[in-house]
Amino acid sequence: MATTVSCLELPKGGFSFDNCARNARLEERGLTRPKFRKTGTTIVGLVFEDGVILGADTRATEDTIVADKNCSKIHYIAPNIYCCGAGTAADTEKTTEMISSNLQLHRYRTGRPNRVATANRMLKQYLYRYQGYVSAALVLGGVDCNGPHLYSIHPHGSTDKLPYVTMGSGSLAAMATFEAGYKANMKKADAMQLVRDAVAAGIFNDLGSGSNVDLCIIGKDMKVEYLRPFDVANKKGVRQGNYSYKPGTTAVLSKSIKQIKYDIVSESVQEDMDTS
Amino acid sequence: MSIMSYNGGAAIAMKGKNCVAIASDLRFGIQAQTVGMDFEKVFPMSDRLYLGLTGLATDVQTVVQKLAFQLKLYELRENRPISPKTFLSVVSNVLYEKRFGPYFIEPVIAGLDPKTSEPFIASCDLIGCPMEPEDFVVTGTCAVQMYGMCEALWQPDMEPDQLFECVSQALLNSVDRDAGSGWGAVVHIVEADKVTTRRLKARMD
Repeated sequence: MATTVSCLELPKGGFSFDNCARNARLEERGLTRPKFRKTGTTIVGLVFEDGVILGADTRATEDTIVADKNCSKIHYIAPNIYCCGAGTAADTEKTTEMISSNLQLHRYRTGRPNRVATANRMLKQYLYRYQGYVSAALVLGGVDCNGPHLYSIHPHGSTDKLPYVTMGSGSLAAMATFEAGYKANMKKADAMQLVRDAVAAGIFNDLGSGSNVDLCIIGKDMKVEYLRPFDVANKKGVRQGNYSYKPGTTAVLSKSIKQIKYDIVSESVQEDMDTS
Repeated sequence: MSIMSYNGGAAIAMKGKNCVAIASDLRFGIQAQTVGMDFEKVFPMSDRLYLGLTGLATDVQTVVQKLAFQLKLYELRENRPISPKTFLSVVSNVLYEKRFGPYFIEPVIAGLDPKTSEPFIASCDLIGCPMEPEDFVVTGTCAVQMYGMCEALWQPDMEPDQLFECVSQALLNSVDRDAGSGWGAVVHIVEADKVTTRRLKARMD
């Protein structure tokens, strides 16, 4: 299909490298390729007495521009498994989405909840296959028949299974907080506070991380609490003035109105009841 | 020079109260030389769904044709209009398929849900990372300027007329601070029962 690309063909799935030669030629001519949207992120995870907690900040950046001030970095994998993503935003989004779909199929096939180890193995094999070019750094957490599990997965496909992990550009600040405050078998409230503090350390000390703290708590009973936002660490100030323009400020050259036919979704007529 | 700014251009979408706005400039240039002043970057995809594309002009046209094709197939297959959220998935997947050899475009989507008339705006980066904020989305060579303007001008629950002034002034004042975009602008205000399209008077330098 590579040379006979027709607009009237649907893609068959998988990556397409059709534009690569052209893009390389453009680059040869001195045009630089743009940067992708990154989640220069603080993502963390922690195992506590009664399950796992995942935490993330909510900033997405394009180079030094804050592209999204409240993006969601804790992705759904399965009802009992969630995953935080750092790195190229599209890669984390699509990788977790795809693994989530495959695990759903796995559940249909086997008729039982997924194990975290399965999700971990699928993710690491996918990432290893792309040799680090799919740049997703993940924190995978969940609870299954063997109890709570927490993994960190690196873009090249290596994984660690640890009681507390951090990833992303704010991982150093977050890990410092964990190293100082982590204890085995923490109570839920203490664990939540520690995770908040770790993400907050990233938010305030790493430029790539910012805005709010999101939490996702997966209990041993597989109950999920998705708290978004858990903590608004940075509140926006109240605007003092009113900067709205008066109607008619903008000079208009021409104006056209296209009426849209209403689709009637439902219709009900209430008639007066006969009370005589 | 970045490939994204080879042709220049800007697009913006904003949420209002039961309405959305989407607008673009009209410049088509080749680096510093302006070639066209009627290059619209906002395309109607269905009744209440609009797509804005900025970046490399050749890719803008390729991608809009690809998406229009996919959209028509969807509507024939499903026999119903597409919801903006579903359309975002289509756009995102078309772009992510080209993860390792991308189209040099950044889309914005604005529309109303065909069933609920819920306002919807979204944007992607060039490899299809979706983003659905509460307020506004901007793309193009003067995205930085537009972020600034929108951050100051946008407020929740704007009526269509107010939204028009807001989006127009945000766009016009931004493109005036960018050499790569401008030369006129077009603004669409999408409401449940009508779409109002206005061409704006702008600086032509």
